[in-house]
Amino acid sequence: MDGLLFSDLTVWSMDWTLLILLVVPTVVHGNPTVTVRTGSGPPVGSNQHPNSVPLSEDTQTTTEVREVVVEEVMMTGMLNPSHYPARRAATVVQHYLNTRYGSPYRWIFLSKVHSGSAEDVAEMRKYQLELTMQEIISNVSGQCSAELLFPGGEGQSAPQVQASCEGLLQSNTTAQEEAFYQQHRASNNMVSGNDIPDSYGHMEPNMKPFWHLGGVASSFIMLRESNESTLYNMAQVANFTQLETEKDQLRVNYHVLLHEMISQEIIHWKLLVTWSPEQGVQVLQTELQPKCHNCEAPPNTTN
Amino acid sequence: TMKGLLVLTALFVAVFGKETFEGDQVLRITARDEVQLTLLKDLSEMEYLQTGPLCWFTTDLPTSVDIRVPFTSLQTVKAFLETEDIEYFIMIKDLQVMLDEEKEQMLSSARATAPRTSDDYDYSNYHTIADIYAFQDMLVAENPNLVSKIVIGQSYQGRPLNVLKFSTGGTNKPGIWLDTGIHSREWVTQASGTWFAKKIVTDYGRDAALTAILDKMDIFLEIVTNPDGYYYTHTSNRMWRKTRKPNPGSSCIGTDPNRNWDAGFGGPGASDSPCSETYRGPKAHSESEVKSIVDFVKSHGNLQAFVSIHSYSQMLLYPYGYTRTPCKDESELHNLARKAITDLASLYGTSYRYGSIINTIYQASGGTIDWTYNQGIKYSYTFELRDTGRYGFILPANQILPTAKETWLALMAIMEHTKDNTN
Repeated sequence: MDGLLFSDLTVWSMDWTLLILLVVPTVVHGNPTVTVRTGSGPPVGSNQHPNSVPLSEDTQTTTEVREVVVEEVMMTGMLNPSHYPARRAATVVQHYLNTRYGSPYRWIFLSKVHSGSAEDVAEMRKYQLELTMQEIISNVSGQCSAELLFPGGEGQSAPQVQASCEGLLQSNTTAQEEAFYQQHRASNNMVSGNDIPDSYGHMEPNMKPFWHLGGVASSFIMLRESNESTLYNMAQVANFTQLETEKDQLRVNYHVLLHEMISQEIIHWKLLVTWSPEQGVQVLQTELQPKCHNCEAPPNTTN
Repeated sequence: TMKGLLVLTALFVAVFGKETFEGDQVLRITARDEVQLTLLKDLSEMEYLQTGPLCWFTTDLPTSVDIRVPFTSLQTVKAFLETEDIEYFIMIKDLQVMLDEEKEQMLSSARATAPRTSDDYDYSNYHTIADIYAFQDMLVAENPNLVSKIVIGQSYQGRPLNVLKFSTGGTNKPGIWLDTGIHSREWVTQASGTWFAKKIVTDYGRDAALTAILDKMDIFLEIVTNPDGYYYTHTSNRMWRKTRKPNPGSSCIGTDPNRNWDAGFGGPGASDSPCSETYRGPKAHSESEVKSIVDFVKSHGNLQAFVSIHSYSQMLLYPYGYTRTPCKDESELHNLARKAITDLASLYGTSYRYGSIINTIYQASGGTIDWTYNQGIKYSYTFELRDTGRYGFILPANQILPTAKETWLALMAIMEHTKDNTN
């Protein structure tokens, strides 16, 4: 059904201006997205930003018949903190913060979106957000201001993020990180594990830092793969194997399952991760695993 | 050995005519030499002491024996041992106490394997489909005047689709529908549904609000809405979401049961690829798991609320998912959602977002509550339970009860409002 376009007439409920929406198909390989741009200026007499979508007045309907997963209406102006555009962008900030500050004892999650706005800047989409983030191991929260740029046009490159946070990194992880590092840097006892957490949400206590590290390492991939039509979380560490320490860095091979919320897919990645208290987390290699439809392995069913 | 000990105990009781072993002790006695061996043999032959025959551990010396000394003989025996300088050690200070503890342990481990009543069922753990189906039958058997089981159809692989009906009688009363587990990997939902079932029977007649709801309306609860998928998450793939029906011409199995409803079917927000997790299926209501509910809803004709429960993300959603056109009751549904999530948060502070599906989470076509709403069931809601991504689908079992309890408060808000707005 390629190339079939619909024009839709939409009436703003607040006044009599007709808003004609032109649907512009954007072919972006790997991630089909429809971008809708308004064809005229703000409705006369409206007090609101033309593209804001207040709850009771949302009457835009567009359709594009093509093999796409979703049809996106790109919000511009003030964003509703409860709605998905701000939420997705905020999650990208979460991934960014983990790539910068995460460790086996520091793992950051989005707590709340306070406010946000989005605008078109050249070919790109720029977001500004006020957020609360939480470091979940120490339970310390902090306020963050962030700015993101999602690249537009053809080709997929990673979003660019800048963020500054207050109070988020207060917890003193030095002792724990150092102990973990010393415990595992010697070559005589390479650790490995699988299904973390297991089907019931459990893991042994000594696996927890490896779970955190897997989550932080996954953030590198999730950050890179994110756009306005994705929302990533790490679903599970399928397995990990520690390799010989090199150049004073712990080295671990991970196989992780990522959950992408919009497509609902479970995406398998392998990564080679290094870490030390000084150097932080680095991801040296990533490899997307093909989706295998008929090769299920029995899950770990230990209680 | 447990059984052996019980048999032995029974034997003791029979032989000695005692009903209890209170105060009796078991002593481990060590004989150093032949002299002590002889002394102890003499001791054991004094019937009034009731120590019984001796079974020495070894034939070499030193050797030991464990003897049960009845309470009444304790002072005499110990005095004798101390006089003769025979070493002893108290193994069991009070035999009855030990027997009682072992009996308790035995019962509780028996409970863990197969609960005999819904009071023994472990609500704080995840269960197999067999366990949940057995639970359903138990609940019906225990509450025959309140609960019945309706089989609304069969899954693709032939599993019964069970719905528990909670009713105080009457014909064609207005009804409330709850379902959990339509996406099989969302395990906290089936676990919560099980708890809801027990909660209803517990609260009827005790909680005024729930009693008032059930006096006026029936509640229908389908706990394992996608049984084939649920079974598959236990045996093969914990992350399985869809049904398990094969797709002709494809090696990929299953349809997303929450894209298979006849509401905006075929539109954006679902996939037409069988290999996709959001595959809408060959046509609307192609999946028996969906069609069975469709048929039930239509034949009932008087459902006033329909709540379909998923995880994760911590959201309470109302229609629509397939279109940005607001549903005509949006204002009321929005306000009710606000009340419901406020009640939810009151328990543990768990924070939920709320709004229409298409605004809050994503565009989704062919979704359950879009269809039910278009059928005229105004109070159509979807929950996304805990958490927000840290554990995701594999929520630790210790969060089942808090999740179920807080969610119940939101459900009560919705059900009460429904009752108050139903004729």
